[in-house]
Amino acid sequence: MSSPHDVVITGIGLVSSLGEGPDAHWQKLTQPGLEPVLEATRFAPYTIHPLPEIDWNLQIAKRGDQRQMETWQRLGTYVAGLALDDAGIKGNDELCATMDMVVAAGGGERDEAVDAAILAASEARNDRDVLLNEKLTTELRPTLFLAQLSNLLAGNISIVHKVTGSSRTFMGEEGAGVSAVETAAARIRSGQSTHVLVGGAFQTEHSDMLLGYELAGYLHRGPWKPVWQRQGGEGGGVVTGSGGAFLVLEQREHAQSRGRKIYAELGPVASGRARRRRGELNAEIATLLKQAALPSGELLTISGASGAHAATAAEKAALDANPALAVRAFSTLTGHMKEAQFPFAVALAALAVDRKAAYPVFDATVERAFAGAPTSVLATAIGYHQFEGLGLVKAA
Amino acid sequence: MANLRDHMGRPIVAVTGIGVVTSLGVGKKDNWAALTSGKSGIHPITRFPVDHLNTRISGMVDFLPSSTQGASPLTYELAETAAQEAVSEAGLDSSDFGGPLFLASPPVELDWADRFSLYNSDNKDAGAERLLRVARALKELDVFETTQFGSIADRLADRFGTRGLPITLSTACASGATAIQLGVEAIRRGECDKALSIGADGSATAEALIRFSLLSALSTHNDIPEKASKPFSKDRDGFVLAEGSGALVLESLEAALARGATVLGILRGCGEKADDFHRTRSKPDGSPAIAAVRAALADAGLGEDEIDYVNAHGTSTPENDKMEHLSLSTVFGERIGSMPISSNKSMIGHTLSAAGAVEAAFSLLTMRESVIPPTINYDNPDPAIVLDVVPNKKRNAEVGTVLSNSFGFGGQNTCLVMAREPV
Repeated sequence: MSSPHDVVITGIGLVSSLGEGPDAHWQKLTQPGLEPVLEATRFAPYTIHPLPEIDWNLQIAKRGDQRQMETWQRLGTYVAGLALDDAGIKGNDELCATMDMVVAAGGGERDEAVDAAILAASEARNDRDVLLNEKLTTELRPTLFLAQLSNLLAGNISIVHKVTGSSRTFMGEEGAGVSAVETAAARIRSGQSTHVLVGGAFQTEHSDMLLGYELAGYLHRGPWKPVWQRQGGEGGGVVTGSGGAFLVLEQREHAQSRGRKIYAELGPVASGRARRRRGELNAEIATLLKQAALPSGELLTISGASGAHAATAAEKAALDANPALAVRAFSTLTGHMKEAQFPFAVALAALAVDRKAAYPVFDATVERAFAGAPTSVLATAIGYHQFEGLGLVKAA
Repeated sequence: MANLRDHMGRPIVAVTGIGVVTSLGVGKKDNWAALTSGKSGIHPITRFPVDHLNTRISGMVDFLPSSTQGASPLTYELAETAAQEAVSEAGLDSSDFGGPLFLASPPVELDWADRFSLYNSDNKDAGAERLLRVARALKELDVFETTQFGSIADRLADRFGTRGLPITLSTACASGATAIQLGVEAIRRGECDKALSIGADGSATAEALIRFSLLSALSTHNDIPEKASKPFSKDRDGFVLAEGSGALVLESLEAALARGATVLGILRGCGEKADDFHRTRSKPDGSPAIAAVRAALADAGLGEDEIDYVNAHGTSTPENDKMEHLSLSTVFGERIGSMPISSNKSMIGHTLSAAGAVEAAFSLLTMRESVIPPTINYDNPDPAIVLDVVPNKKRNAEVGTVLSNSFGFGGQNTCLVMAREPV
């Protein structure tokens, strides 16, 4: 039974190495045996999934705005624009001014050249703190700080797309993406918001973004493999990708009253924080699956599994324990997109519901076929290191 | 029998615990004594060398064990210390809090001390390549965790036994207020009957100082540090970078009364509005800040004439104080000239991600103690800003309602309305 305060998805913005927009992603991801787009040399020994070619002008009209951002913010602002366009909200001043926004963000890019020069000089200096002052005061571009601040992705979305109802930025890797979607949905269900822009972006083509994983040895090395086949391989199992996902979530009544196409309904979203060192992750995922009130019968499951050995093994065990789940781990084809991981999973789930078809297997050795038209699809994001969540997307 | 629902039928949200740490000290008692005697916590920087720096003063918290350990450890300790005070005051189990955690904290980055130490532990190749190679050989997670945006909240969740996935957020200099707003909203939606909202910031590193300095945001009045932060003064020249933390235990009034807790104040309303004008500057007409104040009043169910005192954002930057005056005088009209409005930042500096929470804590104390902390260093009033800033000396006054403003880079505007008593 639908109700006026249901949360529905009316806009999807996507960018990954596979291309941009829901149509391009649907076309690519429904090709059986699709090969991933990989870049194995630039950051060797790490393989990444690079950004596709993007004409930033299409969503960020002013060159001045583009110059104020580095690639991460540009990417997020671009993807947010795609979602707003898709929902018929972009350029509608009234809808933008009343639209709430929750962005899941990490940080922006540092100046690699300045950092490298400081590190090189540090080999011959004992007064490293003075060295820092010396170099940073003279070599940092003043406005680079703004391109690094976590909340300035949202800030740029306000400036470029005029979304100004409210602006909140959640931080904390995949968990931030889960909380962003969960909070946005809760606001709509309670009548606090009528329409919310929610999502995130990740730009992996920067050494610091790789370092954020590699300080704990999380990155996969050696030849690329699908997400489920990295256990025991060289490195920690994560292959990253640049990309982003934004959703327009809307109160059903609000979407209907403006005659918008509805992709899908967003059902329950469940989140958790297993104390993983105590071995709680498997049980926590099982608990979250219960909270999502899964329908009976075969259920297509879009998994955000990262490939990180422990988390991916726990997720696989928890999903395998439920034989009704036919799993698709999209990071096999896009790479891991950190904060954007859960919004991306929800977007792919909504597309499958809307197109009334499942994705073919992304890894034939582990995943199994799903026949028929999915009316509900599960989306998961089990953090590579901490925090986990999932959500159920249903036919509108 | 107190009314348990507000004017919109939502659960009324009470404050049952308050904690605070600033450069003035640890805890409400020390902070309040210093604040009401007009004492400044701004002092010369000693944590790192100040060679080549234009700004050599700050409101850093230099007296905690983690003060020299880097931004992540210090931010954690600040958050933990304030939260412990708040949870204890609330009379709740500080290892089994049982409600959600909302943490406002600065974005994290690999600390330079760690960068240097990793880099110089090896001498093959160079730059990022060397760092990555050294990184993957590390055998412990300490450095890694300082670079994960969710790690501080994860540790706090363990420490206090909060429930569910903790939310770490940033709305720049409005973050502390947003953490409180998220807690209020969760209780109003009926998701929980209590929440722990914390704003903490221990990120005053050399690089942070230089970044703000390069944007010309900081005061360079180095000679007399305690005089550098002078909100609403004609010769104000920037904010003073500072550290601190504030924590509130928020509880539905119903739950608080049911367990016999002391109600310290009421979180009556929250309002926000994003600015689309510029990354660091406000729209010249002040309309987003005006809208945020009005939204907070509407959410609180109070008229413009029902606010007794404004705890200003009052950063002491030329831009902020001018814009804040414009927006307040637009909302409150002629009455603005006779409303007390003071800036805690004149004494503690700008605690960034913590500011909204620290200043909410002080706003609640202002009502409870019937004392308004002054705006110090108000020796040279800006003639364009005619406000009763409670100059230089505290004022005894009955204060039943407070508006606390927080404005930040990225067009963030968040306002809180607090009250002494339930309706």
